[in-house]
Amino acid sequence: MKILVCISKTPDTTSRIAFKDNNTKFDESGIQWIINPYDEWYSLVRAIELKEKDSSVIIHLITVGTVDTEPIIRKALALGGDEAIRVNADSSDSYYIATQIAEIARQGNYDLIFTGKETIDYNGAVIGALVAELVDLPYVSLATKFEVEGTTATITREIEGGEEVNQVQLPMVVSVQKGVAEQRIPNMRGIMAARSKPLKVVEPVSAETLTSCINFELPPAKAGVKLVAADNVAELVRLLHEEAKAI
Amino acid sequence: MSVLILIDHSEGQIKKSSFEALSYGAAVAQQLNVSAQALLLGTVTNNLSDLGKYGVSKIFQVADETLNAFDAQVYAQVIAESAQLLNATVIVVAQNQTGKAVAGRVSVLLKAGLVTGAIALPDTSNGFVVKKSVFSNKAFANVAIHSAIKIIALNPNSYSVVPTEGTATVELLSIKPKEAKVKIVSVNKISGEVPLTEAEIVVSGGRGLKGPENWGIVEDLAKVLHAATACSRPVADTHWRPHHEHVGQTGFQIAPNLYIAIGISGAIQHLAGVNRSKTIVVINKDPEAPFFKAADYGIVGDAFEVVPQLTAEIKKLKG
Ligand SMILES: Cc1cc2nc3c(=O)[nH]c(=O)nc-3n(C[C@H](O)[C@H](O)[C@H](O)COP(=O)(O)OP(=O)(O)OC[C@H]3O[C@@H](n4cnc5c(N)ncnc54)[C@H](O)[C@@H]3O)c2cc1C
Repeated sequence: MKILVCISKTPDTTSRIAFKDNNTKFDESGIQWIINPYDEWYSLVRAIELKEKDSSVIIHLITVGTVDTEPIIRKALALGGDEAIRVNADSSDSYYIATQIAEIARQGNYDLIFTGKETIDYNGAVIGALVAELVDLPYVSLATKFEVEGTTATITREIEGGEEVNQVQLPMVVSVQKGVAEQRIPNMRGIMAARSKPLKVVEPVSAETLTSCINFELPPAKAGVKLVAADNVAELVRLLHEEAKAI
Repeated sequence: MSVLILIDHSEGQIKKSSFEALSYGAAVAQQLNVSAQALLLGTVTNNLSDLGKYGVSKIFQVADETLNAFDAQVYAQVIAESAQLLNATVIVVAQNQTGKAVAGRVSVLLKAGLVTGAIALPDTSNGFVVKKSVFSNKAFANVAIHSAIKIIALNPNSYSVVPTEGTATVELLSIKPKEAKVKIVSVNKISGEVPLTEAEIVVSGGRGLKGPENWGIVEDLAKVLHAATACSRPVADTHWRPHHEHVGQTGFQIAPNLYIAIGISGAIQHLAGVNRSKTIVVINKDPEAPFFKAADYGIVGDAFEVVPQLTAEIKKLKG
């Protein structure tokens, strides 16, 4: 079984979000970059678990990004995976990025393509669906459990107020979230091994961009908290009812 | 030319996020001076002509029962074919479980630019620009769509349902869905609970509640408010509460009308999942808890004393 795991680089979760050049660009100064948590904790770890059960499983990581994504992909390789592919391109358009991933997916003939449910920066939650349609494969999103037996995948996915169990014949694309695996910390052996794992750099195929980001805004600041004394809970209820009209 | 809005449903019922999408799509249509039409795949028990109240004049239904089971590949095919047949130039879906699985596929089939997580009506004064939430609700991006057909996936609880006068007519579309490759083995709904992502009010507990045995006060409060319950990440990680209650940057991102945080410190990753809530109430015994900075109302006090009183007072209010 061959698995392709999509890896994306995102700002650390504690990053101060600010913009520059007239709010047209994300201000990267002082930003620590991490592997998108959904890609690292769930998608990659689940792929590694499948390989631990069956050593014939091959895991390739893919990222679409410029050379500065390499530390992130090495970090991912330190957790596991056999080799990585970096498509040397940068775009905020998900259609463009998905086209690059689909190209690699077609060439590699993967049985399974894993993505995280979304990235924590652009929150698109869409790459998996785009790739799936581009390569014409079934897609199950928001998986909280993923098992595979022979060529049949059994997936539990989130639905409103519950879950649904699906069965799909491989090959397929799946987006994953919490529940699928438990976060792991890379160890020294993994970090050493990652250094010698192949990291292939390929140039992008030409692709359309259907959207472009014009500028960013920060939300307006809150007016400030109204504190109510702990022995006057009735006043809070009055405020919520009469002022906020929330209850 | 028309705006086509997907009506999403589950167990025969139209989802709340779809009513929002209908109102939103109707407003987009008005802005563009075209008609607002809705598309229903499968069957529901709701009275369809009543949907005129949300501003759509016509509902197209592909009344094939097999479409009551969701397969993103099949849905995308039927939506794309319908959109072409109806000459839709804008497609609106809710950014819910269905929207997340299907919007991207339709985008590929129609070469239509897609903005997911939209939170406001598009700006059509110069091109077509949609505001969306980014950086886990810590900022917004204005994204221009360049393609002829445009798809907007609307964040739940971002656009208020605006009921109007009117009824809609229903017309059947004969589109043959392709065969589903996803087989649904079982559906497990947590009965009696308000789904978190659709809830108007959410009561949430953190590590300050000390242990799972103390969640009774949270549940009692949720009950009188008809609210959903949620929790912080460590609470789900230690299995005090189920994973599907975890909100935050790495859990559910929600935007209810009212979010009540009990014994939660307000870490930046937690706030990222809840800061789009309209009104935030924080109950924490530490006056320095960062959550107070993001709150509208707060009580500095012991949750075990304050919360039961709050429940009692709300009961009084509701009579
Ligand atoms: C990459 C990353 C992603 C993360 N994602 C998330 C996420 O999605 N969601 C999330 O929630 N967290 C997330 N976290 C964790 C986050 O940083 C915090 O650790 C977490 O939110 C803290 O949970 P808490 O507020 O319940 O607990 P604590 O921080 O321990 O706070 C408990 C609070 O309870 C108060 N308290 C104690 N006793 C009482 C009492 N009797 N009455 C009233 N108040 C009381 C205390 O004053 C304190 O403020 C993430 C962290 C990282 C690094």
